Amino acid sequence: MIYPHYALEVEELTVSFDGFKAVNGVTLYVEKDELRVVIGPNGAGKTTLLDLICGRTKPTGGKITFLDKVLTDMQEQEIVRSGVVRKFQTPSIYPKLSVFENLEVSHPKGRTAFGAIFFRRTSDVVDKIHAVAKEIYLDGLLDMEGEKLSHGQKQWLEIGMLLMADPQLLLLDEPVAGMSVREREQTADLLRRICKGRSAVVIEHDMKFVRKIADKVTVLHQGKLLAEGPMDKIESDPRVIEVYLGH
Amino acid sequence: MQHLQGSFVNTLYRNVLGGPTGAIGLGLLALLLLVFLPLTIDSFRLNLMGKYLSLSFVAIGLVMCWGYGGIMSLGQGLFWGLGGYCMAAFLKLEAAASIAGEAGSDQNKALTTVGIPDFMDWNQITVLPWFWEPFHSFPLTLLLIFAVPTIIAYIIGVAMFKRRVGGVYFAIITQALCWTMEILFVTRQGWTGGINGITDLRTLLGWDIRTPENQTIIYFVTCFLIIGCILFGRWLLNTKFGRILLAVRDMEDRVRFSGYDVANIKTMVFCIAAAMSALGGAMFVLNVGFMSPKLITIEPSIYMVIFCAVGGRMSLIGAVYGTLAVSFGRTFFSEQFPALWFFLMGSIFLLVTMVFPDGLAGAVRRWIWPPIERLFGKGRAISAAVKEGQP
Repeated sequence: MIYPHYALEVEELTVSFDGFKAVNGVTLYVEKDELRVVIGPNGAGKTTLLDLICGRTKPTGGKITFLDKVLTDMQEQEIVRSGVVRKFQTPSIYPKLSVFENLEVSHPKGRTAFGAIFFRRTSDVVDKIHAVAKEIYLDGLLDMEGEKLSHGQKQWLEIGMLLMADPQLLLLDEPVAGMSVREREQTADLLRRICKGRSAVVIEHDMKFVRKIADKVTVLHQGKLLAEGPMDKIESDPRVIEVYLGH
Repeated sequence: MQHLQGSFVNTLYRNVLGGPTGAIGLGLLALLLLVFLPLTIDSFRLNLMGKYLSLSFVAIGLVMCWGYGGIMSLGQGLFWGLGGYCMAAFLKLEAAASIAGEAGSDQNKALTTVGIPDFMDWNQITVLPWFWEPFHSFPLTLLLIFAVPTIIAYIIGVAMFKRRVGGVYFAIITQALCWTMEILFVTRQGWTGGINGITDLRTLLGWDIRTPENQTIIYFVTCFLIIGCILFGRWLLNTKFGRILLAVRDMEDRVRFSGYDVANIKTMVFCIAAAMSALGGAMFVLNVGFMSPKLITIEPSIYMVIFCAVGGRMSLIGAVYGTLAVSFGRTFFSEQFPALWFFLMGSIFLLVTMVFPDGLAGAVRRWIWPPIERLFGKGRAISAAVKEGQP
């Protein structure tokens, strides 16, 4: 038998906050090239799951590996350097820096203190920034200060900041929250484009949006894995309807 | 391409001098310090200026560390004092040697043990402690002025920032460390001169630091070093490192998840600010001819933060004006209304942080610049540059 090679392997993952198990024995595997959507009611442990993968929270049990590297032993910045990037639920961009500078700070060159001081804005860096800005529909706003962008544009900028590092696994927490219908469509296109050749784990509540982007859906409920499979199967699963979709 | 760096000279002009506004601002400061003041005030007051200006090195460092990096330190006096004590140690040994030279082999004529600082002898120490030995050498002293505070800042930085101690907790810890050092310096009398500090400093490599003419030269050196520090600060804040500082201040977590070790970035800027403070401390000793533990305790350290806040914590030039304004205000008001001064100082700090968060520099940018621009009609370029908020 050929050992199935997954990009992300989450096994028996558990975290307990003062006895409350926010994530309880979750196991999931994400393939390379796969866009996985995690859904579930509030408090199901979705965001905590992403926090555990990106190193923001340390698990109390279980193991996470990504491309044979054990993430659970690494610090946040080491996890980022191994190709795993995270977008937060509320857009986290640098308010006082321009769109260009936001992207530049996210460039992987010059990540040490001395490296940052002697970082040179070479043509390949500038080209990369222009290419990413075009991808996230912000090529006309490069000199705009981050805090002056609209909510949707901030969401895109944060996605752009992740792309600067050529990541292999994208962790996106509600990327279309607060977006208009038109922006949602653009974001769905954007995600489909950028997830080629990469893996992604996306948390989302908007079912229409999930249907558009998901390869496979994982449903969490009270910290546990409730169901997993393609969207049409999930939508007809009586347990999922009971706890989540029925409301 | 629009965002690519231009020619070397162009880059130097834009990133070090700070473009048209930066150049004008620095030009005005240089004119004030190097031409106007020396021509209008007597050498006694010029020396007083030099004393105040040696504090502005700390404020410039705080602009980078606090204004940009968001790290509020209430213990910068620690680094300033260490720089000052290193310089004072060198001058004291030279003074001791010259006394020994005058006295010859006659112990009684020298009044103290020949060749070591007088306060050591008064404290029954007759052999120079080992850590005083390097201060026989001037190059070593110069090195230590920067190295000692930087290494201590590095240790504090690693110990605090790696554990993610920040904000008000960090401020309190720096304050406590500053106080600890004061107690150490006061109680180890035989090593440090105790509460009196290191006094009776005379010459630097045989050059008398006490004559009015030479004090004027020291004043000019202080001014040039300040301008040097401002240019260095501008260069640094215009690198990617400067932008990361702003990013750390506003969104520390995001920076971490962009792959940076935030603790290293913070430690770096803390060390740079410490080294700059130390240079100020050394210049202070040359300006006034003594060093005292009363200058390195909590109160001066808080003043230093106020200098920076009043000047505008995002403005390197503002730091210099802030230092001068508060220091002269202090001298003036504490003579006129000694009892009220502390309340006044407190209200100034509250007023500035609540009404003018950008300090003097912000006020200039908002009220003084626009009319000048209209006057000269070439507003656009300058106003664009002002809005960019050149440091």
